[in-house]
Amino acid sequence: MHEVTLTIDGLELTADEGMTVLEAALANSIYIPHLCYHPDLTPAGVCRLCMVEIDGRGLTISCKAPVEEGMVVRTDSPEINKVRRIAAELLIVNHHADCLACASNTQCKLQEVANYIGIEEERLARLRQPTAAFPIDLSNPFFIRDPNKCILCGICVRTCEEVQRVRAIDFAFRGFLTTISTFGDKPLAESICESCGECVTRCPAGALTPRKSQRPAREVSTTCPYCGCGCGIYLGVRGEKVVSVRGDVDNPVNKGALCVKGRFGYDFINHPERLTSPLIKQNGEFVKVTWDEALDCIGSNLSKCRGDEFAAISSAKCTNEENYLIQKFTRAVMGTNNIDHCARLCHAPTVAGLAQSLGSGAMTNSINEIGSASCVFAIGTNTTVAHPIIGLQIRQAQQNDAKLIVANPRRINLCRFADVFLQHRPGTDVALLMGMMRVIVDEGLFDSSFIEGRTEGFEAFSASLSSFDLDRVEQITGVERKNIIEAARIYATCKPATILYAMGITQHSHGTDNVLAISNIALITGNIGKPSTGVNPLRGQNNVQGACDTGALPGVYPGYQKVGDPAVRRKFESAWGCSLNESPGLTHVEIFDAIYARAIKTLYLVGENPILSEANATHVEEAINRLEFFVVQDIFLSETARLADVVLPAVTFAEKDGTFTNTERRVQRVYKAIEPIGDAKPDSWITCQIAKKLDAKGFDFSHPREIMDEIASLTPSYAGISYERLEKGGLQWPCPAGEHHPGTPILHTERFATENGRAKLVPLEYKPSAELPDDQYPLILTTERSLYHFHTATMTRKVAGLNVLRDRELVEINPKDATALGIADGETVRVVSRRGEVTADAKVTDVSPPGVICMTFHFAESPTNVLTSSALDPVAKIPETKVCAVRIERLEGAVA
Amino acid sequence: MEERLTSILSSYKANRDELIPILQQVQEEFGYLPQQAMLDIAQFIGVPESQVYAVATFYAQFRFTPIGRTHVTVCRGTACHVRGAPRILEEVERQLGIKEGETTPDLEYSLETVACIGCCGLSPCIVVNAKVEAKMTPRKVAAIFAKGDETS
Ligand code: SF4
Ligand code: SF4
Ligand code: SF4
Ligand code: FES
Ligand code: FES
Repeated sequence: MHEVTLTIDGLELTADEGMTVLEAALANSIYIPHLCYHPDLTPAGVCRLCMVEIDGRGLTISCKAPVEEGMVVRTDSPEINKVRRIAAELLIVNHHADCLACASNTQCKLQEVANYIGIEEERLARLRQPTAAFPIDLSNPFFIRDPNKCILCGICVRTCEEVQRVRAIDFAFRGFLTTISTFGDKPLAESICESCGECVTRCPAGALTPRKSQRPAREVSTTCPYCGCGCGIYLGVRGEKVVSVRGDVDNPVNKGALCVKGRFGYDFINHPERLTSPLIKQNGEFVKVTWDEALDCIGSNLSKCRGDEFAAISSAKCTNEENYLIQKFTRAVMGTNNIDHCARLCHAPTVAGLAQSLGSGAMTNSINEIGSASCVFAIGTNTTVAHPIIGLQIRQAQQNDAKLIVANPRRINLCRFADVFLQHRPGTDVALLMGMMRVIVDEGLFDSSFIEGRTEGFEAFSASLSSFDLDRVEQITGVERKNIIEAARIYATCKPATILYAMGITQHSHGTDNVLAISNIALITGNIGKPSTGVNPLRGQNNVQGACDTGALPGVYPGYQKVGDPAVRRKFESAWGCSLNESPGLTHVEIFDAIYARAIKTLYLVGENPILSEANATHVEEAINRLEFFVVQDIFLSETARLADVVLPAVTFAEKDGTFTNTERRVQRVYKAIEPIGDAKPDSWITCQIAKKLDAKGFDFSHPREIMDEIASLTPSYAGISYERLEKGGLQWPCPAGEHHPGTPILHTERFATENGRAKLVPLEYKPSAELPDDQYPLILTTERSLYHFHTATMTRKVAGLNVLRDRELVEINPKDATALGIADGETVRVVSRRGEVTADAKVTDVSPPGVICMTFHFAESPTNVLTSSALDPVAKIPETKVCAVRIERLEGAVA
Repeated sequence: MEERLTSILSSYKANRDELIPILQQVQEEFGYLPQQAMLDIAQFIGVPESQVYAVATFYAQFRFTPIGRTHVTVCRGTACHVRGAPRILEEVERQLGIKEGETTPDLEYSLETVACIGCCGLSPCIVVNAKVEAKMTPRKVAAIFAKGDETS
């Protein structure tokens, strides 16, 4: 970077080329008044307050003037002040507000500017003319928009456009009526605004203010507890209460940006319904007990049923350290490998499929590379909703002229930006991808040197393409061939190309095949092992990657080391000082089947809510009722916890230390911000106490850092990770032993993690979904998520504002189907499948294609998973929650 | 509406600088800019809907509500203003039950204001479907609208 020398107010200083005069001055602690400038945004030059004099040019707007060698700048002179004063007074005239009553008082930039220029309070008051008052927009539950305090700096407009890339707002009308407006001047909540609050954090005046504006007494850096993006946040604490959240600008994942859940969804932490003491069920009622009583009860029951009659379900919401302990407890103390967690319900096919083809089942590249890709192919992911910060990267790539291909049965938000939209029928991903590959191979667009040098199995694979002629693919998928051809050409030729996928790919009875199809297409085009390429499964929960990494899976110890491998087993036996069960345990769905069959009698369930999250939920509930002993550890009395014999109160992420591993394999610290609420305890403490009740050794830890040291000593990919290093920032595994290994942002750069170092191309065939529509059940039900809720919403439904933005289940149905069935928008309907029925309100929208309806699973009142099918993928054992056959009925008595 | 809009859009190339001509032609066709049409136009030329709204509201020529069968324009020019235009407007609004820029739900009346219609000698005045009504008083306003549609 070149440096230039310039003079500001007689001071000679240096600045980087490309900086503006305003930035150079501010960087050197020279204040120039400014209102419409913001360091994150392109300068607009509308407020004219930053006016300076530059020799040879006269009066110049400094926020738009790049520094030049030898420039001589004055920031203060009678002429400058005259211009500034006029500019400032004009703003104030139209700004009718009483500063003392304003939420932004003392933080307001307009006050700062008025002070600097020397406009006294009284003159301010006299200048103000009560012009027509704009109505205040109170529609958003998290912030208030008062156009009367707006100074029209446009920072919010640019933020929404450049940072959030939603473009919900713009300048509208003109003259005195100019205002910042949504489309059609509607309240924000009715616009496309995503409530991210980015504009609120930047508004220099009091026009956009958070509803809760308690200033924190101290801030603690930590990691967002919601999705797998793993954004860095600061929790603002006052006393023992979390009162604010802001994004960490130094975190490489989100660089300060946050979505609505991360920024505003923290009310669950200090929620009055938090569990604060252990509970034991006596005669059908829960009674509060002491920890000693609860642990004694658990100890005596667990000591009676060691071995395969026991199972534990761990939690992707818990830390790495906690997951490690729960699997260690299950294996070393209870003597069984019956340990699993909800990754089975989301990304088990990723782990199974990518382990087979690439040797390692995780995102191959990093989040911040996506923005530099030339092509983004998003299949089976509603990214802007489920992984909002990754959604920003997609929009950034587009800003850089990348092509965007979206493949999804539903017309999701991302389609608005897509170059090609492939609207295939649910469950036909293999056919769609094989069709694209057929085009790539037929047109010679594959990367033959990559195929030759780094892969194997191309012959057999390309032979399997022969049954995917485009006629058949068109017929299976319902996608026009010209779109398939266009998408194939774009993906194969716009390099680097990256694929993002999520549960639209995995939650199928052929989920593993879907994943293999994705790795095939990346491999034959050489789009892997290089920056901004790769096969990138977006993992749902904050620590689902970490829960897998640390061995909360029935077939593998931490680091995916196989239970069946004798050498591995011996290593763990000697580390843990016990002998270990050599047969792999049961998976999530199998555990509930075994409970139902009374083969498993005791269940230890941590931080999960299978009554809502598991496919065919009624079956799960029946199974649980057959348990002899059932322990649940959670922060709230969830729908599932109500069925437990003993409930143990755990703490939230804000009350403990630990680490989460985000979807791009980045291990990041979670720091304790407040003391545990009531008698709640960290999960790691609880598991250790239970183990000690059973006289187990190896559960004495004084701090989670010691648990991480044990993980590192047994897990090659975590070997170089320690709390000391994580203090300085996250590390992406594999991070082998050694003080200085920087972590691995991109996998497979030199060789694949398979035995011979080559990736495997796998021949595939199309298998229809297990349950297809028929006369009785003519519609396909698919499932999705809402931006405003998370998983079974145990946390987000405790946040009042998120419930305002989305308060109930909605059955999204295409207008054609709705008309045929005589269903009106908003009408309550009954959805019936072979397994059960639920009622919810209909939302008529063409986001859903004809023949397909869609629901979330956030709402206990409408438990969608009562309907879904538990047909399993034969390899990964994931249930098919993305496709099942249903019918919709109008409620009796409803008037057409 | 969909077909009429599609046929208008089909004669454009979806360039950004076509936004204003498209808006003008759509307004000519429908008499105003229906919201759905603006959304479709945004999609068609690939600009955010908020920006289409920004452009449309910037120019005084665009309307966002349909014109009623009887279109009423109240003059707010200086001469009319000093002779009581605000009270006239108030009375018209009261009689019709709508505010300026709005249209009655039965599409019978629409109401707008303008600056000086060049009849200052007759101020304050209003225009009812191209017919100038001179030297208005609130009482005369009431009389005109009480008579119903005769003026049209
Ligand atoms: S909250 Fe976010 S999406 Fe909504 S207007 Fe502000 S920046 Fe745009
Ligand atoms: S709302 Fe705030 S950020 Fe937006 S233009 Fe007004 S003052 Fe600027
Ligand atoms: S994108 Fe995910 S990790 Fe980031 S703030 Fe939102 S929920 Fe939290
Ligand atoms: S800060 Fe430069 S014009 Fe507003
Ligand atoms: S001011 Fe009303 S006609 Fe001139």
